[in-house]
Amino acid sequence: MNKILLKKQLSDDVFMMKIEAPHIAEERKPGQFVILQLDTDFGERIPLTIADADPKEGSVTIIYQAVGNTTHRLSTLNVGDKIQNLLGPLGQPTHIKNFGSVVCVGGGIGVAPLHPIAKALKQAGNHVTVIIGARNKDLIILEEEMKAIADELIICTDDGSKGRKDLVTAPLKELCEKNPKPDLAVAIGPPVMMKFASLTTKPYGVHTVVSLNTIMVDGTGMCGGCRVTVGGETRFVCVDGPEFDGHLVDFDNMMLRLGSYKAKEEEDHHKCHLDLQIEQLQKNS
Amino acid sequence: MHISAEELKKNAQLILSEIKDKSLSNKERTAIPLQEMPAQDPKIRINNMEEVAQGYSREQALVESRRCLQCASAPCVEGCPVQINIPGFIKAIEEENFEKSIGVIKEASLLPSICGRVCPQESQCQEKCTVGKIFKDPNKSVSIGRLERFVADWEASEAKRSIPEIKPSTGKKVAVIGSGPAGITAAADIAKEGHEVVVFEAFHKPGGVMIYGIPEFRLPKKIVEDEIETLKKMNVTIKQNFLVGRSRTLKDLLEKDGFSAVFIGTGAGLPKFMGIEGENLVGVFSANEYLTRSNLMKAYKKDTAATPIYPSKKVMVFGGGNVAMDAARTAIRLGAEEVSIVYRRTEAEMPARIEEVAHAKEEGIKFRLLENASKIIGDEKGRVKAVELVTFELGEPDASGRRRPVQVKGSEHVVEADTVIVAIGNESNPLIKQTTQELEVNKYGNIIVDENCKTSMDRVYAGGDIVLGAATVILAMGEGRKAAAAINKLL
Repeated sequence: MNKILLKKQLSDDVFMMKIEAPHIAEERKPGQFVILQLDTDFGERIPLTIADADPKEGSVTIIYQAVGNTTHRLSTLNVGDKIQNLLGPLGQPTHIKNFGSVVCVGGGIGVAPLHPIAKALKQAGNHVTVIIGARNKDLIILEEEMKAIADELIICTDDGSKGRKDLVTAPLKELCEKNPKPDLAVAIGPPVMMKFASLTTKPYGVHTVVSLNTIMVDGTGMCGGCRVTVGGETRFVCVDGPEFDGHLVDFDNMMLRLGSYKAKEEEDHHKCHLDLQIEQLQKNS
Repeated sequence: MHISAEELKKNAQLILSEIKDKSLSNKERTAIPLQEMPAQDPKIRINNMEEVAQGYSREQALVESRRCLQCASAPCVEGCPVQINIPGFIKAIEEENFEKSIGVIKEASLLPSICGRVCPQESQCQEKCTVGKIFKDPNKSVSIGRLERFVADWEASEAKRSIPEIKPSTGKKVAVIGSGPAGITAAADIAKEGHEVVVFEAFHKPGGVMIYGIPEFRLPKKIVEDEIETLKKMNVTIKQNFLVGRSRTLKDLLEKDGFSAVFIGTGAGLPKFMGIEGENLVGVFSANEYLTRSNLMKAYKKDTAATPIYPSKKVMVFGGGNVAMDAARTAIRLGAEEVSIVYRRTEAEMPARIEEVAHAKEEGIKFRLLENASKIIGDEKGRVKAVELVTFELGEPDASGRRRPVQVKGSEHVVEADTVIVAIGNESNPLIKQTTQELEVNKYGNIIVDENCKTSMDRVYAGGDIVLGAATVILAMGEGRKAAAAINKLL
């Protein structure tokens, strides 16, 4: 059982939670994730990237968007409530060293797992440029935190409500065209963003690391549900990843696999929204 | 033809009234008809998850026990991986002293209610049974497994389960990684010596393969939970949601956390796939994933469980072991219209328990023998729509002694399917090795151990599937036992 220590709503459906988890906080490194389950008997296990950790306080921070059954339920919990099961840290940590100059690209909620990686890369002596992309200004998260560590911060919104009215791939392309080009790109966000970020850097030969968030059950190398095709070979996100060479990942296949349970998810999503609305109405009355 | 439990009991009663108080000659004993296992009617059971085999009635057990010839040489004991005194426990059943009987089994085996259900007896104790030899048919051997299950269930129903005696505390601490059959056994044997035992389990529920892998209809989870309860009463601590290698390294357990020794029983690892085109299409699952969703995550309770399971109509399961049978039989219970097992050899080579194969057939599962997949075909949305199969014939025996299947040229044919489940075994889990450089493993990633289950690292022992590759509950249990004895000696 892991107690919720802090909860913050970052945007319409994006939440930040600090959760008590001393041993995960102690062992965790940038790039790793946890598996969370709200109910031991009937809950599902979902992977969530660790956004931050405080070993002194014994806590980890997660940032999530309420999109599925579990994330919706999670968003209804409050400080003091307990999460029944939290397993971690899982996955291979990010390879951190001084590469030279690094561009970190975060899309939407992907900025959350990107933050500790960008921070570690900065601490390792890299020149770090951060590109944040979101649909509109209200959906931008961790802007201040990124500003504090980045040598340069570029914000893009789809509607131009903040920063450039562009997709993240536009400034990424410009950076790749510069001389010298970046030594490394790290792109984390929706699969389609990671796909196009990888396609953008490929012609310039800029090595691009992506962090994949696939469907998982155990997260420990047993079920094989998280498998992806990388360079023509089957790899397992939970034990071989979550980070892979973006130029080798078959994103199209990964996106298809992410949609395996789409029908049920849509039904749940609809049900959850209804439940939440009813709850809200009951509170107000 | 399905015979009800009632009828089987009645028949046994009749036989019993004739032979009960007689001193029986060996000839008379072999003339007693073999007692069939009562089972749920196939037509009914394909719509529920409840246990299929219902267990002998007292009358059936008393009749079956009289089929045993009490051979002085006891060849059956040789066939048992943990050398249970089989004639001894059967004799006690004949004498209607069930308490004594379960006591005899427990001298050698910790988990009789589980092994009585899931052991492949026909290739172990019952393979060697003299009665089977007389009939030249191992299927006519004394039903040792069914009798074992009978006394174990009797003990549970009479609430006579005793907590083994624990010696005074030694103040020493042992870590057991994994709470499957190997881990549970090792933990119990080490705890008995008075050492403090902490079992680390990655999942949210303990029990390992007996919880996530073997379905409810073959091994009710209540039985596994009872075994775990007994373990807890023996002062064993179980730490769920703890993945050794990630949550804490093995070395830290030994060097920082004060554990005097470690037993690794982490079990099966990454599932093997066939290495053919289309294996990452939507609708292709490892049996591990499919079964874990249903068993551990309870996805078969579609209205209450949050974990989804793929809605299937035409399912093809690849493999010939118990796991393949479990997956196929789960799929049919979840509402699939047509389920086939595809196996590239013949039924004689199938490693599954005979009873599981028979149950699968009764439940309407089709067997496509001497066939294998060459390609999985997807639709425009990347979902499985068909499988291309090829036909095999049996050639010369291979290294395993089984005749090698040889592909028939030009035999490709396409069969419609929307779900493919791959049940062809597991690789080893790479995690502990990845994070413990000193630990020696073989080319398959299985941990190398000596005759006492000791690894290349001091104070570190291993057993079960992580050492053996894919094996059975009883073998894992045997190894847990051996390792525990070595650890107890070391401390």
